This record gives sequence, C-alpha cells and structure tokens, in this order.
Amino acid sequence: MVPLEHVLVFSAILFSIGLYGVMARRSAVLILIAIELMLNAVAVNLVAFAAYVDPQQFSGMVFAVFVITIAAAELGLGLAIVLRVYRMRTSVNVDDLDMMRW
Amino acid sequence: MELGAILFYVVASATVVSALGVVVTRSVVYSALLLVLSLMLTGLVYLLLLADFLALVQILIYGGTVSVLLLFALMLTRPEQKPVLTHKGWPLAALGAVVVLVLLIYQAVSTDWARTATAVSAAAGARAGAVASRIGPGELGAALFTTWAVPFEIASLVLLVALMGALVIARASEEPR
Repeated sequence: MVPLEHVLVFSAILFSIGLYGVMARRSAVLILIAIELMLNAVAVNLVAFAAYVDPQQFSGMVFAVFVITIAAAELGLGLAIVLRVYRMRTSVNVDDLDMMRW
Repeated sequence: MELGAILFYVVASATVVSALGVVVTRSVVYSALLLVLSLMLTGLVYLLLLADFLALVQILIYGGTVSVLLLFALMLTRPEQKPVLTHKGWPLAALGAVVVLVLLIYQAVSTDWARTATAVSAAAGARAGAVASRIGPGELGAALFTTWAVPFEIASLVLLVALMGALVIARASEEPR
C-alpha cells in the first residue's frame, strides 16, 4: 500500500478544490456540489486513518459511514431549500439572496 | 512499485482531475456529472484502502441517489438567461484554497503518524497476535450495532428529520410569487 502521507495529500487536494468551489461559485447548487466534494475529502481522510493507524478498531470507517449519511441528508435538505428559493426568486444565484440583509 | 500503489496513483489523479473539472466547468450539468464521476472514483480509492463495504456504499449512494437528486434539482432550477457561474473574485478564492492546501500538506507530511497514541496501541495489539485484515461488511455492521449503536440510531433519526424537513420545505404552496 502507498504511504499514509500520500493519501492525506490526495484528500487535502480534494478538500482545497471543494473549498475553492464553495468560495468561487455563484450558483447555490454548485456550492452544494462543492460542499459534497469537501465532505468526501474528509471521508477519505477518515478511511485512510482507519486503514493505516487503527486497523483493529476501524473507528474511522464508522465515522466515514456517518459522514456519508450526513452528507446525503445535507444535500437533500439543501436542494429542497434551493428549490424553494428558486420558486420565490426565479434565481439560484447566492448574490441575489439578500432578503435577510438589513 | 506494486500494483496496488500504481492503481492508487492512477485513480487518485483521475479523481483530482474530475474534481477540478467540477469547480471550473461552465456547465452546471457537466459539473454535477463530473462530481458523480469523482465520487465514484473515490469509491475505488476506498477499495484500495481495504474498505470494501464503504466502496460499495459510496457507489450506491453517490452513483445512484445523489446523481438523480442533483440532476432533478438542476432541471427544476433553470434560470432564464445564461448565468455567469463563477464569482468575479475567483482569483482570491483560488489563493485562499492554495494557502489552505499548503498548510494541510505541510501538517500531513510533518506529523509523525506512527507515534500517535492510537497507532502505538494498535501496533501493540498487532504484536500481541491480532492481525489486521480487510474489513468486510460483517465486521463493520457488528461495530455499528454494538459499539456505535447510539450514534447509529441518532443518525437514522437525523435522516428521518431531514427527509421530512425537505418534504415540508420543497412542497408546492399557494404563496404569491
């Protein structure tokens, strides 16, 4: 197997790409997609630690199962909110969503 | 170099390329499809990291469910004119992401992972005779329903609440536009 550091670097690259997507994109759906990438990078990290550091307990894999669960719940809820906002505003551009600004 | 390592580097670079495509492409549909590709390639990485069940779960959930959900959301939220998808300040965002990346890589490489408390106790266990092996669905399921039973139930409750919340939020109503 490859050294642990290489897996960590791989997941760091994925995380930074997701972070860039969250900051640079304007469409709410694309921001949710980028968040999904970041959560996935975290899950890779957890699986790597479970496989390399803690192979008897594999707590990291259980954590990764929970991360996938929460990611699915977050995506479903987020897309529902996006749909609702689109119905109110006919736009999913986050720059237009200023109804809570005062 | 052994086969597993070569496979890891190939799959990992394909994942990174498709993830880059997700954040730079000009089409929202391509972005969603590349996300699905990237997540399924991550499933292959799980397979190479000896997590069989997680690889299966990853491909089932992301390949099956999330792709359909995303494509439906993209179809239902189609703006009238061709939108500009990337913010004007994207170089600043790229700079921030690169800074975070450098910090993360520095920490990952400079930390001595073999000397963390968990690694030391795991190594002691390995010396005592417990052999690390591929972790199948059976072991993971046993751990989920014994050691992690309470968090597991809470996660199922969270899923139920999220499902009902999504239904309530997205349901059509007679509000004025």
